[in-house]
Amino acid sequence: MKRHLQLTIKQLSASYADGSISPRLVVDHALDDAVKLKHLNAFIRISPENSLHQGKESEHRYENKNQLSVLDGVPIAIKDNFCTKNLTTTCASGMLSNFVPPYNATVCERLAASGTVLVGKTNMDQFAMGSGTVDSIFGPTKNIWSNDLSDNKWHIAGGSSGGSATAVAAGICYAAIGSDTGGSTRNPASYCGVVGLKPTYGLVSRHGLIPLVNSMDVPGVFTRNVSDCVDILNAIAGPDAKDSTTIRRPFKKIDIPFFEDFDLRNVRVGIPKEYHCEGLTKEVLETWMKVADLLEDNGAHVEQVSLPNTAASIFVYSILNQCEVASNMARYDGIEYGHRAGNESSTEELYANTRAEGFNTVVKTRILTGNYFLLRKNYQKYFEKALRVRRLIADDFKRVFETPKNNEKIVDVLLTPTTLSDAPLYSDFISQSNRDQCAVQDFCTQPANMAGIPAISIPIRLSKRGLPIGLQLMSRSLNEEMLLRVAGWIEAQVEFDCLENEQIYAARS
Amino acid sequence: MYRKLLFSKSSCRRLSTQYQVAKAQLQDWKSVVGLEVHAQLLTKSKLFSGSSNVFGAPLNTAVSYFDASLPGTLPVLNRKCVEIGIKTAAALGCRINEVSMFDRKHYFYADLPVGYQITQQRAALANDGELKFPVIVPGKKTYYKKARLLQLQLEQDSGKSLHDEELKRSLVDLNRAGAPLIELVFAPDLETGEEASSLVKELILILKSLHACSCKMEEGALRVDANISIHKCGEPFGVRTEVKNIGSVRSISQAITYEIQRQFDVVSKGGTITNETRSWDATTRCTIPMRDKEVLQDYRFMPEPNLPPLRLNLSSSADSSTSSDIISVASITKDIPELPEDTRSNLVKTYQLNQDVAVILVNEPVLLEYFLNVIEHIPSIPAKLVTNFLINDLLTFCNKANIDVESCQLTYTHLEDILTALNAGTINLQACRQLIEILHQDPTQNVQTLIRDRNMEQITEDETIEQLCRQAIERQEQAVKQYKSGKKKALFAIVGEVSKLSKQKANMKMVVAYLEKMLKS
Repeated sequence: MKRHLQLTIKQLSASYADGSISPRLVVDHALDDAVKLKHLNAFIRISPENSLHQGKESEHRYENKNQLSVLDGVPIAIKDNFCTKNLTTTCASGMLSNFVPPYNATVCERLAASGTVLVGKTNMDQFAMGSGTVDSIFGPTKNIWSNDLSDNKWHIAGGSSGGSATAVAAGICYAAIGSDTGGSTRNPASYCGVVGLKPTYGLVSRHGLIPLVNSMDVPGVFTRNVSDCVDILNAIAGPDAKDSTTIRRPFKKIDIPFFEDFDLRNVRVGIPKEYHCEGLTKEVLETWMKVADLLEDNGAHVEQVSLPNTAASIFVYSILNQCEVASNMARYDGIEYGHRAGNESSTEELYANTRAEGFNTVVKTRILTGNYFLLRKNYQKYFEKALRVRRLIADDFKRVFETPKNNEKIVDVLLTPTTLSDAPLYSDFISQSNRDQCAVQDFCTQPANMAGIPAISIPIRLSKRGLPIGLQLMSRSLNEEMLLRVAGWIEAQVEFDCLENEQIYAARS
Repeated sequence: MYRKLLFSKSSCRRLSTQYQVAKAQLQDWKSVVGLEVHAQLLTKSKLFSGSSNVFGAPLNTAVSYFDASLPGTLPVLNRKCVEIGIKTAAALGCRINEVSMFDRKHYFYADLPVGYQITQQRAALANDGELKFPVIVPGKKTYYKKARLLQLQLEQDSGKSLHDEELKRSLVDLNRAGAPLIELVFAPDLETGEEASSLVKELILILKSLHACSCKMEEGALRVDANISIHKCGEPFGVRTEVKNIGSVRSISQAITYEIQRQFDVVSKGGTITNETRSWDATTRCTIPMRDKEVLQDYRFMPEPNLPPLRLNLSSSADSSTSSDIISVASITKDIPELPEDTRSNLVKTYQLNQDVAVILVNEPVLLEYFLNVIEHIPSIPAKLVTNFLINDLLTFCNKANIDVESCQLTYTHLEDILTALNAGTINLQACRQLIEILHQDPTQNVQTLIRDRNMEQITEDETIEQLCRQAIERQEQAVKQYKSGKKKALFAIVGEVSKLSKQKANMKMVVAYLEKMLKS
């Protein structure tokens, strides 16, 4: 076990500064671990030369005491749907298997400017369409908490950002960037036992994030603790002239010194009854109730609230998702970049063959369905209606957070499950279709995307099967600080050790 | 919207002289014409990207990552385009919308790399405007017509495709992809080709005065599509056709006149009009059907999720001091210059010009500039003398030479000198016309020198005039006889004879007076 892995980013960077740990060494370890844990398939591509170079540069900066930020020299990973200049960015698809972006996503740019060291690009479901990281042309990512990685006995990492979650859970990186459209950051965070934050829509720039659903996509943050999550968020958040949907107001960096000292007596926690849904496992329910009790016992006002439109959310999410997918995928025609089919007998043939070869069934199904919903004769019946229901879902949240009806009280945060169970076995997971899986997997997570509010998943405990169980906190827009404070407080109480699993020991012994 | 269409190979069927025959029966029928105009905005950069928006840049050099549809890139609205849109909308009397939105319009085409065009379908920048314009039909009295402007929207242009039939190859130039356009959708309030071309002429004057668009149709900076149908009086509108690829203002009138006649021809032979897109062929001067690949296309419109709604400040105070991102409409509309119709009424009021003269001057900005300068610099020359010269002589010369007034080589100094000489009676109109021709060929020449060296001075001595008249009377016996028998028009022949005898130098006013006097006795 490498001792520095237990450090927070702040502690690591303090150690860099006082010379007790070398950034180059940490980068070396990260690259070694990435190779040793290759069988987990967390990475689509690692960039060793690049990382070593960046590690060296970082070391020089510390030597000269001009480090760029608290993140200087911190190894990170980025999901393969963020454009990285001169580094292939595939979206785990055949379509973009040869796509080398000439520019950096804003998130990548800001992380680089903070001095982070990019270890590599992580695995995902093709174009982020999935909740298991099983639909990648590079094969599935395996959950590091699996007792047995052989044959079909391993568990999924969750998705679609399963590679990023795994890179952090396995101790390869201190942080990773994912994307979250309906839960793609929180779901794998929950299954892999790490912290996963989906910030408020518009707080973090989407420029350079290859879109799934533009109106819901948010760059997400994976870390092993809440403090690290704050540090990463502080580096990437804030307005961006290249993304017109970013919130114009300047971002005030979040500063939370000691989570343990947080006084819960002024915190109102809502437990939305609709999240006690069909399919919720006993273990997750128990965990949920236990943490609710924990909060209440320590002075928080905990009460049941209602978000009546929750059940409709997943259907509406699915319609809007497919419509935007149909539109966003139209650019992949093989003309300017990406895969191009051999048949050039006519433009139409070229398009048809390129798209037939470059997309998997999941992507094709969503394109076809989305285009069906957008047909002139169907637009009102599906798309427009979905938008109206989306408004109702957002209003539900608004009511509990801001404008209560009757005698209801408003709450600061909502506590819910992230997923209905611990990580499923791969063999069980693929026995259902991508569509059916998404409907179950995203049930608790996608409402936050529909409303644009911030949400975080934090690991709480292990299930009987030895797999992590996480819980989700949600708050009103731009209330990340409260969200992270409560998350930090819970984290301090439950003392979950992200690195305490057999695979890590096996790899490092 | 601006779609790409392919030509069918079918040859053009000319409908020629039977028009004359058919025209008589056309009286029971009414034609209806509506226009859709796309104007490329004169901005430094494109509608949603920072790449340059110039005509004629080397192929694929004005293309940003966004224009090439690289994944992950996002549109950022160019404020300048919105401002020009607002200015144009205000000049056309539109209701400018406080909130407008952008939509995606989907179709596949190689020069549309992203697979959809960003346009404004549901909530446009402006609606419900009106354009009032003079219609000039040669040989008829100028009249005014109104057309309602239904919608004014901002949208992206597409790139350009080049098809090499022999090599079976297509090439794409993305310089134009994402260039800013405004689309103006006019109601079908027009009846003829002349009305349509007059509307476009007026629109061009307005867009130019606002510096909104270069309006160079030959560069595609202004594109006009016409929807045309015919119906029997009192019956509902007929099936319409759309005519595209109209490359000049003159073609607008020709194409629509042709298409109306073609439709009438089809109907009068018992045929039916099909809803189709036709292309104007300027060489054969007829419209030919296009194979419209998008006829059955469903554009699957969807709100553009990457652009927040465009909000404008409609309050009347032109408060541009606020640092807010919201554009104040009042602060933009206060800078709208004098529009052509105002210029016309000012001309009529200030200089007592007649309406038709004002219309012509405003239509030819160079002539208008000449006029205003001459009046200012040499107030002693009567306005009417100036306009007569500009329109009857200078413009006529340009029309005959088939050149724009802009390309006539005559300089303003030449013009002043000619008019001064004309006003002083040093030269007559014939000499003026000769001078225009000479100076257009060689603009380095000097007017005074030319008049002197080439003996162009007008003959005003009584004896000479009298002598010339006498000669002419002798030569034109026939005309003299006719005149004396009461046919007053015959005088022109004798006047013409004098002109010829004097090598076009005699003072015509004096000649007429002398002849009338001499022939009375």
